[in-house]
Amino acid sequence: MDTILSILNATMREAIAPNTAAVAIAVIGLNIHFGFTGLLNIGQAGYMLLGAYGMAISITYDIPLLFAVLIGFVVSFVFSLILGLPTLKLRGDYLAIVTISAAEIVRYSGRLAAFEDFTGGSQGIFGKDYQGPFISLSFLGSGRLTLLEFNYTDVADGARWVQVLGLVVLIGAIVGAVVLLRSLKAAGGAVLAPTSSTLRRALVAVALVLGAILTVVVPAYADRDTATDIFSRVVAFVIFSSLMLAVLFGGQAAYAAWKTSKGRKAVLAGVLILVAVLGIFFTFPKTYDRTGVDGWWVRMIAWFIVGLSCAVVFLLVRSPWGRLLRGVREDEDAMRSLGKNVFAIKMQALIIGGMFGSLGGMVYVLTGTVQADSMGRSLTFFAYTALLLGGAATIFGPVLGTIIFFSARILIREASGAYIPDAIMTNSQTEQFSYVVVGVGLMLLVIFRPQGILGNKRELRFNV
Amino acid sequence: MLLAPLALLMGAPPANAVVLCLAQADQTGCVTGTVGNRANPVEGVEVTLLDADGVEVDSLTTEADGKFSFQVTEAGDYLVSVGELPDGLEVRPPAERFQGPDGSIKVTVALGGSVSPDLNVRSVDFDAGGDSFGDQIIQSIAQGLRLGLLLALASVGLSLIYGTTGLSNFAHAEQVTLGGMVAYGLCNVAGINLWVGIVLTTLICGFSGFLQDFVMWKPLRKRGLGLTQMMIVTIGLSLAAQYAFQYFVGASQQKVVVRNFDVVELGPIRLTGMSFVAMGVALVAIGIVGYVLLYTRVGQATRAVSDNPALAAASGIDVDKIIRMVWIVAAGLAGLGGVFYALVVSNGIRWDTGMQILLLLFAAVTLGGLGTAFGAFVGAIIIGLVVELAGPLGAPGDLKYAVALVILIVLLMVRPQGLLGRAARVG
Repeated sequence: MDTILSILNATMREAIAPNTAAVAIAVIGLNIHFGFTGLLNIGQAGYMLLGAYGMAISITYDIPLLFAVLIGFVVSFVFSLILGLPTLKLRGDYLAIVTISAAEIVRYSGRLAAFEDFTGGSQGIFGKDYQGPFISLSFLGSGRLTLLEFNYTDVADGARWVQVLGLVVLIGAIVGAVVLLRSLKAAGGAVLAPTSSTLRRALVAVALVLGAILTVVVPAYADRDTATDIFSRVVAFVIFSSLMLAVLFGGQAAYAAWKTSKGRKAVLAGVLILVAVLGIFFTFPKTYDRTGVDGWWVRMIAWFIVGLSCAVVFLLVRSPWGRLLRGVREDEDAMRSLGKNVFAIKMQALIIGGMFGSLGGMVYVLTGTVQADSMGRSLTFFAYTALLLGGAATIFGPVLGTIIFFSARILIREASGAYIPDAIMTNSQTEQFSYVVVGVGLMLLVIFRPQGILGNKRELRFNV
Repeated sequence: MLLAPLALLMGAPPANAVVLCLAQADQTGCVTGTVGNRANPVEGVEVTLLDADGVEVDSLTTEADGKFSFQVTEAGDYLVSVGELPDGLEVRPPAERFQGPDGSIKVTVALGGSVSPDLNVRSVDFDAGGDSFGDQIIQSIAQGLRLGLLLALASVGLSLIYGTTGLSNFAHAEQVTLGGMVAYGLCNVAGINLWVGIVLTTLICGFSGFLQDFVMWKPLRKRGLGLTQMMIVTIGLSLAAQYAFQYFVGASQQKVVVRNFDVVELGPIRLTGMSFVAMGVALVAIGIVGYVLLYTRVGQATRAVSDNPALAAASGIDVDKIIRMVWIVAAGLAGLGGVFYALVVSNGIRWDTGMQILLLLFAAVTLGGLGTAFGAFVGAIIIGLVVELAGPLGAPGDLKYAVALVILIVLLMVRPQGLLGRAARVG
């Protein structure tokens, strides 16, 4: 039992790691390219690398963080133009070959000794050279923090059975949520009732006020005075108001949905998911620095950006523009005959997806170094696996896919390390074994379940 | 008595010998490294460690392995200074931020850590060059032809597969690696004669092509899996294959045969004898494929399938049989290319050898025109020449690969169907 728990602990650690969140953001961008528009971009890692270089190099030249991030976006915008102009009028294969080549050119150039003053050559840019401005935005204070502070160690002196009980509840909640969501999906139809604009405005106002109050209260609780730094306060305000928005609108939707039986099921599923998340932290409490290079601050921001990206994609794809994307994916000629500028739509999709890619790259380097080889072709391939696993052309598919992909690899590695004797598989071989499983998994997934976990098979015949 | 030699071994090391430095947390830090590099270390060089004010801390003289190692007890900035080097060599100057006074190198030591300053050497007259510029160009052209012919071996197969099935096979580079790996297993591990090994490798790789088509691609075609999905399947296969190589062979470079080949000089051209053999074999193999494609019924059938599979099937051609044959030939040629690539270009085979040339293969195929076998040959030669000529013409390091890819992108802008492709609407 101890071995199983420690394996699962390592798996959970990977599931909430900042790097997982970073790749999830890049996969959300890839979903706009591949899932919604049908663009075969095999150079997403190149976008990530450019975003990371754009941000990190700007910061080493003492440009403020906000502008550094903007520079990262501008670089990826230019990259999209360069890639898109020659290829978007051609067949899909050409975009594939050009994107993968361009991503490699970026990687080769980043490693060049000639650019060592900017990119640090093959060594890369060290974290301490650019992470400072981001860390100093933190309002979480110093010291270490265990999440949840109330966890299994507080019940019956942390006896093994408490942890196992937590695990059982966690698994039960996940299974229950999956069953409920499946039955909801089978029933079809919308669950969300439309809200009146007055109510919406009121909710937004309340959320902003609550966010402002929290902005003042929380840093005080975190026993650190960050009132001197105005930017830190702004970041805190944005985060808290968004959280309040999510809570208020979620609560209002749940209240409205409770009136129908289908709605009650949806609310119950939501509660079960919440229980599962709490169950993870109850059973496998994690202790990190509050701020620090690899602490809760990075994790919080990384997952906050993931949530924000999901919301943006949700709003984008249900707009008229989102319908254009699907139209291009399904039948370009039909779109053309309707008088739509297919080239422009594809270019817009390439640019927006690429910006998510570069944002992912910026988050990816917050805990490490900007090193060209860490964002090579295999990262793009991992992104594709994650996307197809979760389900292309869905909102939460990329996030779910990325979490499952990264934690499953750790699970395979740790489990084969623990249970397969060294004579058959040495420790370094378990690492490679996990990647072999990933590759074979990608093949089987595409062959037998191309729509992934959340996707809709009818929507995904993706032939570009 | 028996213990005496042992005691001698364990006794104080002779003066100047490099004592291995082990950094202990919060107590000591290390400055270690090699003068020259591991393959060509420089012996008898005085290496001095100075503190930030230029006061000598320690010094030693390198032995045959060129290694040096200092132990310090205080964290901070230090300077490493290298004395007179033999034979007109000089230390390659480091990046500006590492440059200290009087040609020394700045290092920052943390307790419990170890730093290795880069002390690569080059000859003083390195940019005067031993060879004249013209000779360098000729030598590069020869190397480019060699690389091009080996790339052609693999890309002709890639192009044939694309032509007959429409599949962009991202796992084709792993077929190249497979060739080198099998040859390493047969010739180096099992000790079979090199020539027999090469023939066997080609056969085994061809069989792997047959097996793949039989187990995977044919059933998938029958299922009606879309081309994009199939392409992602090849990506998965490539990933699985790379790590499978690593699983069985390890992550380090392995040589197919241990001995080195003699260098043959033809005027200004200096290549190993094996290189000429490789180029000859590649030419003959590609010639045979070309002959078969042009002048035999099977070749005609292949071109018919390539042109229009449905029409070919309607006129009585067994399309599945043709595609199976294409897979066998493609995998066999890629394996053959892999063996020679490992023998004469990369000096060994590693799990990612194929991956490194994958984009060159795609560039060659696209440059020549997707799906045209002769285009792939021409494209491969051009890419080979570009890659090898980029170096002497001023592209540093790995950028020579990037140059090939830039040419590809530029070509797609002006002539998307490739050099030998038919001008057709491809959008």
